[in-house]
Amino acid sequence: MTNLQLLWFLLIGVLFSGFFFLEGFDFGIGMAVRFFAKNRDERDVVIQTIGPHWDGNEVWLITAGGAMFASFPMWYASLFSGYYLVLFLILVALIFRGVSFEFRANMQTDTWRNFWEWAASIGSFCAAFLFGMMFVSMIQGMPIDANGNIFGSFTDYVNWFSLVGGVAVSLLCFIHGLNFLRLKTTGELRDRAQKWSKILYPVLLAGEVVFVILLYLTTDFFTKKPVSTWSILIALVIFTLAAWWGAQAKHDWASFIASGLSLISVVVLIFNGLFPRVMIANNSANSILIKNASSSPYTLHLMTILTFTILPIVLIYFIWSYWVFYKRLKSPRAAEQ
Amino acid sequence: MTTVFHFFFVPFSIGLAFIVAIMETVYVIKKDEVYKNMAKFWGKIFLYSFAVGVVTGIIQEFQFGMNWSDYSRFMGDIFGAPLAIEALAAFFLESTFIGLWMFTWDRFNKTIHCLFIWLTAFGSTLSALWILAANSFMQNPVGYAMNAAQHKVEMTSFSAVIMNRQLWNEFPHVIFGAFLTAAFVVAGCSAWRLLKKDHENFYRKSMKVSLIIGLLACMGSVWSGDTQTRYLINNQPMKFAAMEGIYKNSTEKGDWSLAQGTKGHQKTWSIEIPYVLNILGHHSLNGTFKGQEQVNKELKAKYNKNGETRNYYVPTRTLFWSFRIMAISAGLFGLVAIIGLWFNRKKSQSIMRQRWFLYVMGLMVWLPFIVNTCGWFITEFGRYPWVVYGLLTIADAVSPTSTVASLMFTNIVYFLIFASLGAVMIILSHRVLKQGPDSVTTDGYSSKPEKTSKVDPYEMGAAHND
Repeated sequence: MTNLQLLWFLLIGVLFSGFFFLEGFDFGIGMAVRFFAKNRDERDVVIQTIGPHWDGNEVWLITAGGAMFASFPMWYASLFSGYYLVLFLILVALIFRGVSFEFRANMQTDTWRNFWEWAASIGSFCAAFLFGMMFVSMIQGMPIDANGNIFGSFTDYVNWFSLVGGVAVSLLCFIHGLNFLRLKTTGELRDRAQKWSKILYPVLLAGEVVFVILLYLTTDFFTKKPVSTWSILIALVIFTLAAWWGAQAKHDWASFIASGLSLISVVVLIFNGLFPRVMIANNSANSILIKNASSSPYTLHLMTILTFTILPIVLIYFIWSYWVFYKRLKSPRAAEQ
Repeated sequence: MTTVFHFFFVPFSIGLAFIVAIMETVYVIKKDEVYKNMAKFWGKIFLYSFAVGVVTGIIQEFQFGMNWSDYSRFMGDIFGAPLAIEALAAFFLESTFIGLWMFTWDRFNKTIHCLFIWLTAFGSTLSALWILAANSFMQNPVGYAMNAAQHKVEMTSFSAVIMNRQLWNEFPHVIFGAFLTAAFVVAGCSAWRLLKKDHENFYRKSMKVSLIIGLLACMGSVWSGDTQTRYLINNQPMKFAAMEGIYKNSTEKGDWSLAQGTKGHQKTWSIEIPYVLNILGHHSLNGTFKGQEQVNKELKAKYNKNGETRNYYVPTRTLFWSFRIMAISAGLFGLVAIIGLWFNRKKSQSIMRQRWFLYVMGLMVWLPFIVNTCGWFITEFGRYPWVVYGLLTIADAVSPTSTVASLMFTNIVYFLIFASLGAVMIILSHRVLKQGPDSVTTDGYSSKPEKTSKVDPYEMGAAHND
């Protein structure tokens, strides 16, 4: 494995972390539209919190996918063709939720507005759930042949572990979204988001325990890398506790950062467990390795130079745009006063 | 399939971004509020198109891996790089600044706010450049080396990939096409509203701006179309021969078919004009072109190994007629733009009197989309049977894991989703048009985000429906 290959493996991890941190609260907010907000005015506010940001956040996914294609074509080809139906459903979910924000605002009847609101909520939930399911089933090991093609059956994709993974990721996203709401709103919405977090965190912690047990039973993470796996899991629990504490003590920022970091810990856990592989096969001889999956050194070198010149500029204006919209949105009732 | 749909919306978005940007620039310079409302109003339609363009774009990217996994393994080294750069350099720019543009009309000074839409427009053009760089490689592979052991191509020179002549022929044509599309949609919609005698000043000015852009874009696309076609003569002779419907080698007389019927790689009938072919292809009266039969023989000799019997004919009828539609439409666009600008002179009222002309212009809203699709057909079908010209055939590129059933299923679902999204988009755009330019001065996009209890769009729609 060359340094460049390692660097790109890490970079893709970073891009997925960025995606889950940002799109995580996007998904959460999407779910909150119908599952949390009580009336139309509240839904307006909830959607407005991510109005200017959601497409920018989704670009992180496109970038992660594109970077994977450019740097590890073998990984990209095997993962994307192997998870054909799962990704297809994710795409459908993303389409519905993506257009819903724009379309909803312009519907003339309540029926249609309800329709697009449900599209936002269910779409967001499904996308988060399926992403969780996909990554968790991926680390269990899939039936991969010598050419890197996955020939999986239904139970390879859908089983207890991957279902728990899906639920855990969507719950994490939902709470992350609530934490974002606490940052961006005032009054009743903010108080209710806080109340919900206080209740949901114990549920999440229980889920995490189940997840760890299943992780122990079905993956080779603990035998291959016991130290790093345990440390990441401990970090995950600490972040969760910190966010819970933030909800108790009304530290909105602490909760938001901590819930974001717990999502990132999940990504780190997966990438740490994969290393030095990119895809785990049932038959370990067929696992796809970093050293075999990458593009030519020339392309990697080129991509490295380009990325390190463009990415900083992107980050500067990306962060600046969040800063522009930093202000809290008032709750509907507060606005009337 | 998804490509066609994606290509339906995207040129419109790219072009419209520029038109909105130009409108806002005129506002900044002239300080005429009408232009500000114009930018806001057409900007709203741009947003729908953008939202649909973004989601179909994600599908595009994922499908390479999902349906064409062997292609991805083969081409990833070259194809992935422009795609990743596209996301990094262009998509972030577009999506961040469109967000800023939408919600900050009152927060920044005019010049800076105008800069946002220019950055969005610039970002969308950049994305076209990168994706066409990848497409151009498929048309005309350069700057690569074959890695036979792993059966894939490897990039050896990024600058060669970017300086690909195919790219610099294709890119201007696509961009001019995009401007043209958006310009004639704006002009056509304005024409419909003028027929209803609605907001005359506003729509006449919109029409003027868009027709000027449309005329320039039309000249640009004819010029770039011409260079591109002539480039094909040597580079992809089969595509050229099919576009012109030449089967036997052409004679010095250069007969050009206006229309023809074909069957089994033979012409059955045709209407021909002498010398035009030479004028178009060689810019002179002399010269000849290879016919499809000869090209097929040459390609067979070049690519068929070990007794393969593959033919290299392309779907001639599609190419021939697509090309005719493009060329004729270009003339039509130019003509309509000139007449429209003449009727729409400041001091004349004739645009309001010539109702037949407004109808023509209104109906022309659909034409650019048809023309774009034709252009896309020529580029893609003309490459048959190659995915990557001379290197990889379509049959070799499909994912071995995907079954016919799953392909059918997903294609049908995509089609249904796209059709309904398209329909919703058209309905919404129509509704915005109906509400008219007054709506933008009071609606949510223009108000500060902290003003949450904004004007209810429902009431607004109702008020304007009578």
